[in-house]
Amino acid sequence: MITRIARTAGFTGLLAALLLTLLQSFWVAPLILQAETYENSAPVAEAHEHAAGTAEHHHDAEAWSPEDGWQRVLSTTGGNLVVAVGFALILAALYTLRAPGRTATGALWGLAGFAVFCLAPTLGLPPELPGTAAADLAQRQAWWAGTAAATAVGLALMVFAHNWVLKAVGVALLVVPHVIGAPQPQVHESLAPEALETQFKVASLLTNAAFWVAMGLISAWLYRRQQA
Amino acid sequence: MPIISTSHSTVTSSSLSQRIAVAVGASLLGLCLVYFAGFSHIEAVHNAAHDTRHSAAFPCH
Repeated sequence: MITRIARTAGFTGLLAALLLTLLQSFWVAPLILQAETYENSAPVAEAHEHAAGTAEHHHDAEAWSPEDGWQRVLSTTGGNLVVAVGFALILAALYTLRAPGRTATGALWGLAGFAVFCLAPTLGLPPELPGTAAADLAQRQAWWAGTAAATAVGLALMVFAHNWVLKAVGVALLVVPHVIGAPQPQVHESLAPEALETQFKVASLLTNAAFWVAMGLISAWLYRRQQA
Repeated sequence: MPIISTSHSTVTSSSLSQRIAVAVGASLLGLCLVYFAGFSHIEAVHNAAHDTRHSAAFPCH
């Protein structure tokens, strides 16, 4: 059973990460690079001021960062691979509890993953280009994680619960994070032009949708091919 | 894996709790991987997976 999960997750993650890297390289990454030209040309002084008397602090400029070009593509591929295998492990784990009857069922699991890990969080925290003003990182990460968790439980209740009260609780769980609302910056501003932002949002959403449907289909297909 | 057992019910009940344990373990491992690449605050990891984070719409920066 563990081998089956590991194989399914490993190969699914690998294939889905390659697809994701391909889509990113041709569509998403050029937009990020374009946004960074605005970020880099912006005056540095406006970033923040040091109050008199406070100790100078270091920004970790020495931390390793991949150089643009093959290094960056390679390290992004690595990042994609880790994330994809992680998500694929979750899918394979769910299959051991509820095996997909057909490969096509995998697409539904994939769409659920897309809803949980992409669609619901982006309703409150849209995909950002570098150089976009945003609220405190830890707060945003907490809201993101809470929204993903609530959406996952909510969807599971709506689909699998037999009791209508539980189904209603599921619907409520989907809505609650958005009633609470995502942490927002005090001023919405962005260095990149709005057209670029819009393009990036569309590119990010469609890329993630393709990634997740591919993940679902590949994982269900691989899982079903192996012996229990 | 071929399981030969005379008592079918014990096999299914033990394998259900086993399945749940393995599923929870695998999910946690998966979440750890996603956290490491997508959410950790280590500067070098952030820089390496920077484009992954932006593309996946994870909160970044």
